Amino acid sequence: MKPYHYQRARDIPGAVAALAEQPNGKYLAGGTNLVDLMKLEIMTPDMLVDVRRLTSDRIEETEDGGVRIGAAVTNSDLAADRTIRSCYPVLSQALVSGASGQLRNLATTGGNLLQRTRCVYFYDTTTPCNKREPGSGCSAIDGHNKDHAILGASERCVATHPSDMAVAMTALEAFVNVHGPDGERRIPIEELHRPPGDEPERDTTLEHGELITAVDLPPLAFASNSKYRKVRERASYAFALVSVAAALDVEDGTVRDVRLALGGVAHKPWRATKAEEALRGEQANEANFRAAADIELEDAEPLRDNAFKVPLARNIITRALLELSEER
Amino acid sequence: MNEEEIMLRVDCEEHRIIVDTRTTLLDALRERLGNTSPKKGCDHGQCGACTVLLDGRRANSCLALAVAHDGAEIVTAEALAENGDLHPMQRSFIEHDGYQCGYCTPGQIVSAVGMLDEVEAGWPSHVTGDVSAEKISLSDAEIRERMSGNLCRCGAYANIVPAIREVADERARR
Ligand SMILES: Cc1cc2nc3c(=O)[nH]c(=O)nc-3n(C[C@H](O)[C@H](O)[C@H](O)COP(=O)(O)OP(=O)(O)OC[C@H]3O[C@@H](n4cnc5c(N)ncnc54)[C@H](O)[C@@H]3O)c2cc1C
Ligand code: SF4
Ligand code: FES
Ligand code: FES
Repeated sequence: MKPYHYQRARDIPGAVAALAEQPNGKYLAGGTNLVDLMKLEIMTPDMLVDVRRLTSDRIEETEDGGVRIGAAVTNSDLAADRTIRSCYPVLSQALVSGASGQLRNLATTGGNLLQRTRCVYFYDTTTPCNKREPGSGCSAIDGHNKDHAILGASERCVATHPSDMAVAMTALEAFVNVHGPDGERRIPIEELHRPPGDEPERDTTLEHGELITAVDLPPLAFASNSKYRKVRERASYAFALVSVAAALDVEDGTVRDVRLALGGVAHKPWRATKAEEALRGEQANEANFRAAADIELEDAEPLRDNAFKVPLARNIITRALLELSEER
Repeated sequence: MNEEEIMLRVDCEEHRIIVDTRTTLLDALRERLGNTSPKKGCDHGQCGACTVLLDGRRANSCLALAVAHDGAEIVTAEALAENGDLHPMQRSFIEHDGYQCGYCTPGQIVSAVGMLDEVEAGWPSHVTGDVSAEKISLSDAEIRERMSGNLCRCGAYANIVPAIREVADERARR
């Protein structure tokens, strides 16, 4: 590991100011992704500003009836929270489907959102990778790419975003609160992560020094009828091949409203707006669920090894929606 | 130099040490404090051999930086025994032959102890049918899922699950 300076700040503005001065500095939270990448010298910050004990570790109800999740809330505490479990079960399920019990005790909400891709070439420093070393090329496009993206990729990068939590938050239309050198802003989660385009080295739209302080979940009554489904290569402790976060509002057999987001298919959590539009006002049945999934997946551009993700995504979307319509 | 003085309470004993900022909790325990109970399996969060109780919760000590946990209370498998009496989880692993080479065992045992506290607190898992349920009923499937962060290269799982099961059942009877 490269040597670095470790710093604690007195308060949030202090942390932001400290990092703003260090173009090659990074915030540290649980460390479960950053320390791993630093050991491999894939990330080589020369300063760490520890924010784990700085940002809030509380889950609070907001005035509008939603929930505010402090950036330092651990993945375990968030998954175990009573309000989350009954009002937003999709989020609790997404969290417990990720990593392991001991990792979730360290991992934080802010760090989970900003974890980096698990593309094998990103991790292998002997191979070209545009995300790790801009301009060096993408080893995955013509390499082993079963884990890679089928939607929204570019010629420069076909990596996927690994977070389960972020997929659930995308379906819930969460807002990410950040505090940066130029003040505070509130970003719809869909605008946090970005498609790879010409700059795959940039995972998100955050500017250097912007600190995530909290995530807001707006109220959504039908989110109590929601679920997360994840398919992976073993039963536990593995990243998603494909996952889906779904919430469904059905009345008299008709879809009043629906939320769908996919994981493991793109450089960002993929909100399936086309499928959602196709379903509103339609009969809640298997044929319609399947047809809506197909509409979303029409744009899919599978690579050599990952064509299986298209039927897999279709099947788990259909299955999740069917279960949500039957369980009512 | 990038060094910091920190304090760690390890197995009830206070230690003040100066560490390189890069030192993980695992290396601080093993290399600086001579506590080799937590093991280094992968050093990347993938195996659970390094599991300790960190401020009361199970955690992988290989991805936690020592400087970031200044003042922390750490319990390793070594300290689970009290006055020479083995902890029920340790005894159960012996009775059920829950290991072969033993390398993953301290991590398994600490993890299992932390896991039972999580169950008692009502935390759901990936195999919990209804995450909003008040109480968790600890089936074997629940044990397996909750222990999935601890790999055993000897494949002693078939005995590890009953070892944990017995302690869980004992606890439930109390
Ligand atoms: C073996 C293994 C298996 C895993 N499996 C899964 C899985 O199945 N599903 C899944 O979703 N995840 C999985 N993970 C990833 C895990 O969820 C993340 O490592 C974790 O959520 C990161 O949180 P952290 O607090 O430790 O972040 P850190 O490692 O501390 O930080 C991660 C990044 O976020 C930045 N950062 C942290 N906090 C803030 C903040 N408040 N504001 C701005 N920037 C910030 C850091 O600078 C860093 O770049 C796995 C990890 C491991 C090691
Ligand atoms: S897919 Fe992206 S992360 Fe993977 S090798 Fe290509 S550029 Fe790198
Ligand atoms: S050594 Fe820490 S998880 Fe393997
Ligand atoms: S007993 Fe040998 S690794 Fe588990």
